Amino acid sequence: MTITPELIEQHQLTPAEYQKIVSLLGREPSYTELGVFSVMWSEHCSYKSSRIHLKKLPTTGKYVVQGPGENAGIIGIGGGWVVAFKIESHNHPSYIEPFQGAATGVGGILRDIFTMGARPIAVMDSLRFGPPADSPVADRNRRILTGVVSGISHYGNCFGVPTVGGECLFEECYSANPLVNVFALGVCRQDEVFFAKARGIGNPVIYVGAKTGRDGIHGASMASAEFTEESKQKRPNVQVGDPFLEKLLLEACIEAMKTGAIVAIQDMGAAGLTSSSCEMGSRGGVGIDIDLDKVPQRESGMTAYEMLLSESQERMLLVAEKGREQEVFAVFRKWGLDAVTIGVVTEDGLLRIRHHGALMAEIPNAALADEAPKYDRPHNVKPHRRAPLEPPAHIPASKDLNADLLRLVASPDLCSKRWIWQQYDYTVRTNTLAGPGSDAAVVRVKETGTSIAMSLDGNGRYCYLDPREGAKLAVAECCRNLATTGALPVAATNNLNFGNPERPEIMAQLVEAIEGIGEACAFFETPITGGNVSLYNETLGEGIYPTPVLGIIGVMKTALPAPVQFRSEGAIVMLLGGLGQGSSYHEQADRFGSSEYAKVILNQLWGLPPKLDMAYEKRVHECVREILAAGLTESAHDVSDGGLAVTLSESCTSELGARVTIAAGERPEFSLFGEAPSRILLTTREPERINEIALRFDVECPRIGVTIRERLQIGNGSTNWIYMATTDLKRSFEAALPELLQKHAG
Amino acid sequence: MDRISTTIVRLAYINVYGPVKLEIPTMKVGVVVFPGSNCDHDAWYAINENLGGHAEFIWHDSTDLSKVDAVILPGGFSYGDYLRCGAIARFSPIMGAVKKFAADGGLVAGFCNGFQILVEAGLLPGALLRNEHLQFVCREVTLRTETADSPFTSKLTKGGLLRMPVAHGDGRYFADDRTLDELEAEDRIAFRYVDNPNGALRDIAGILSRERNVLGMMPHPERAADPLMGSTDGLAILESMLASVPVFSK
Repeated sequence: MTITPELIEQHQLTPAEYQKIVSLLGREPSYTELGVFSVMWSEHCSYKSSRIHLKKLPTTGKYVVQGPGENAGIIGIGGGWVVAFKIESHNHPSYIEPFQGAATGVGGILRDIFTMGARPIAVMDSLRFGPPADSPVADRNRRILTGVVSGISHYGNCFGVPTVGGECLFEECYSANPLVNVFALGVCRQDEVFFAKARGIGNPVIYVGAKTGRDGIHGASMASAEFTEESKQKRPNVQVGDPFLEKLLLEACIEAMKTGAIVAIQDMGAAGLTSSSCEMGSRGGVGIDIDLDKVPQRESGMTAYEMLLSESQERMLLVAEKGREQEVFAVFRKWGLDAVTIGVVTEDGLLRIRHHGALMAEIPNAALADEAPKYDRPHNVKPHRRAPLEPPAHIPASKDLNADLLRLVASPDLCSKRWIWQQYDYTVRTNTLAGPGSDAAVVRVKETGTSIAMSLDGNGRYCYLDPREGAKLAVAECCRNLATTGALPVAATNNLNFGNPERPEIMAQLVEAIEGIGEACAFFETPITGGNVSLYNETLGEGIYPTPVLGIIGVMKTALPAPVQFRSEGAIVMLLGGLGQGSSYHEQADRFGSSEYAKVILNQLWGLPPKLDMAYEKRVHECVREILAAGLTESAHDVSDGGLAVTLSESCTSELGARVTIAAGERPEFSLFGEAPSRILLTTREPERINEIALRFDVECPRIGVTIRERLQIGNGSTNWIYMATTDLKRSFEAALPELLQKHAG
Repeated sequence: MDRISTTIVRLAYINVYGPVKLEIPTMKVGVVVFPGSNCDHDAWYAINENLGGHAEFIWHDSTDLSKVDAVILPGGFSYGDYLRCGAIARFSPIMGAVKKFAADGGLVAGFCNGFQILVEAGLLPGALLRNEHLQFVCREVTLRTETADSPFTSKLTKGGLLRMPVAHGDGRYFADDRTLDELEAEDRIAFRYVDNPNGALRDIAGILSRERNVLGMMPHPERAADPLMGSTDGLAILESMLASVPVFSK
């Protein structure tokens, strides 16, 4: 086939990129080679728009064993054990086919973890959808939500990994670009970590797992373009997952690794056979020869092009020690899986593909993996935002604060997500010390006596108003979540979800956010060990809010963390970090436009995200860890979306509430619902001892109330702004999501 | 360091529940491992680490149960559960041996997917259908012990309440009225849900075979065996089982 300009364009390569291919090869590429380059140089695989900026992130630290560049980051947790963890997006496929898109998102990240020799012990999901009601496309939004949730449930539950936490938020901008970011974490012994670095000339290259079909061809390229009217026709590009097969693959791989016969291993994720072979070859500085006739196939008549670009799931490529193939085969046979030698490691650094005896591709591995284009896309403009900086001249005063609170706790962002997480098996493997609904999930590592706390956070609204500050707030929030369970944050992964980087005002968002993450991760000593960039989250020119999602993990001694909920009547309620309001009306009003209150009650967005003082924030974390370690609290809950009143509501049970008194300026809304960071709600029997510790860290910790039976009451001493039965509060909180989804069903 | 922390976990257990008393510490439980089992490790851990007993894994293509004194069919997705939960597992080599083991009076307990397999294999009556609300459900439930007259419930009190997790998509117990009446008449309902999570008929959570040596239940006692998991109510079921073995052993 001759390579025409149209064909090059169809492969989403620019003329300049094509010229680069020609010069790297010293000739015109074949059709198959063009396909291979197009996926490996796609935004999804090559990070061509973000690479130069990702270099700004801190990636080293005393706990880091493996930073970015491998399938997952690795952190030492002591006693010779490590955890491997990473986050990855499956946004585009989840829009086109929610169930399979989300399911294979889970499958892909799980393989990234166990390909390193680590057994996955926890999954979390960060989800964004369009509003489930009050939207022109609410029906479709609900369908995507329920499809994604059942896809995650289907895959994770069957595989046997607990889904222990996550977040789920709603904005109109995610209607046509839902976000599905999946985080996974696994454990293994440090001396049993495997890397995806091919070596040993003459060693066999072995294909294991599912057979190759035509599914997912060009999935990586699809994920690197905006959606258009024709995107729905891309449904065949979405892969189909089989969690049972993945479970077999996990067990077989871990068992095979123990034979000592495996030299290198990598999963076939995006760009399948192509990326796994050229990346393993490139990392090891060797070549790989592959004979496609030997690849197990589930369809007949597949071309080399199709086999190389297929994204069929549940497949791995490994390099074994020559002469020990049978040991590897025996393990895979035991688990009923295909394992076939399809190639050999060579010394010439070339990826050489043969099919029916003909040479179909011959490309230097490094050209594919390392020589991909790198762009410094224009970004010297203000990040895109349409919201006004100034607050409205008159912010309407609340008519009924009780009603406002009930509406807030029943709003899609703030309501209980039980309907979602109850569909996930979060207790399998009996390690979950704190599961969904907690500030951070905590999973014990049975082998070490340590536990891993983990949190996902991102706030698109904050980042839309100020990408740099929004990103820093996400890092701070994750670290605060971990601190609230008593853990020390040690490392991070991130998923950068943005629109079209070819638009300078979007690229500016990306650059600002990356720099913000870099600054905050350096400050909080949580180096980034890997992650994922998902760009082109746009449909018909409408982009999403800039949505960096942080996944931060912390280490703690194994012990039950303090619960979010109040535990007994008559305990003192304290607000570590203080009320955190600005002093003047204007200072408060400027920051109030990013709150959930402004979104849900006022239906507006303005101003700036909450103001973050990182040094103070860090002192709050250190302080709360010491308070928790001293066993002084009955409950602990981080104050975040919805502010103090919503946080108090979440800590109420149907039996226990609180009577809280706070001073407030002219607008009680600001005090009740303002979202200032660096605050943690504590209940205790020993307020003096907590005060002593807080004083030592130079952190405010006012007593704001006492827990009482069956009522939440918040006022300034003379007026009760909030006065309601906790049963009403809980009912609104718990019933909202099922009602939203079921009322409209069918 | 490793050893110290394990000790701490054990001490925590002993503090709350008193020293572990096991009459027959040499008794051996076989935990069957189907390729898609994923609660096999949890059952193993509960017996070995939480109870100080002795469990070992048995691969599904084995046919030899001569070295164990009791059998657990753990939860999970035995063979992917594609046709019907447990429908393929019943044909696996080990199930022939399990049937014979049960026929000889050996103790067999199936939790979650294990219950589904026992029903498919005909060792227990009825069927487990898709949950009424059609969704997978993972949450803690409250069970009422309906009989203390079985090797799995001898250390429990009839009418007593237990808290433990369920995690299943197909847990709605179903049988015809005659079978249900018979189960009740023969005191073979081991546990009922106080807060039925799946629409099971007559709130049935677990049942016994006619000879009372086979138990199937949807909830997970092995996940309620450690104070760190929020409940240790499942221990009494496993303990009853371990303590009862000599009565039935060959």
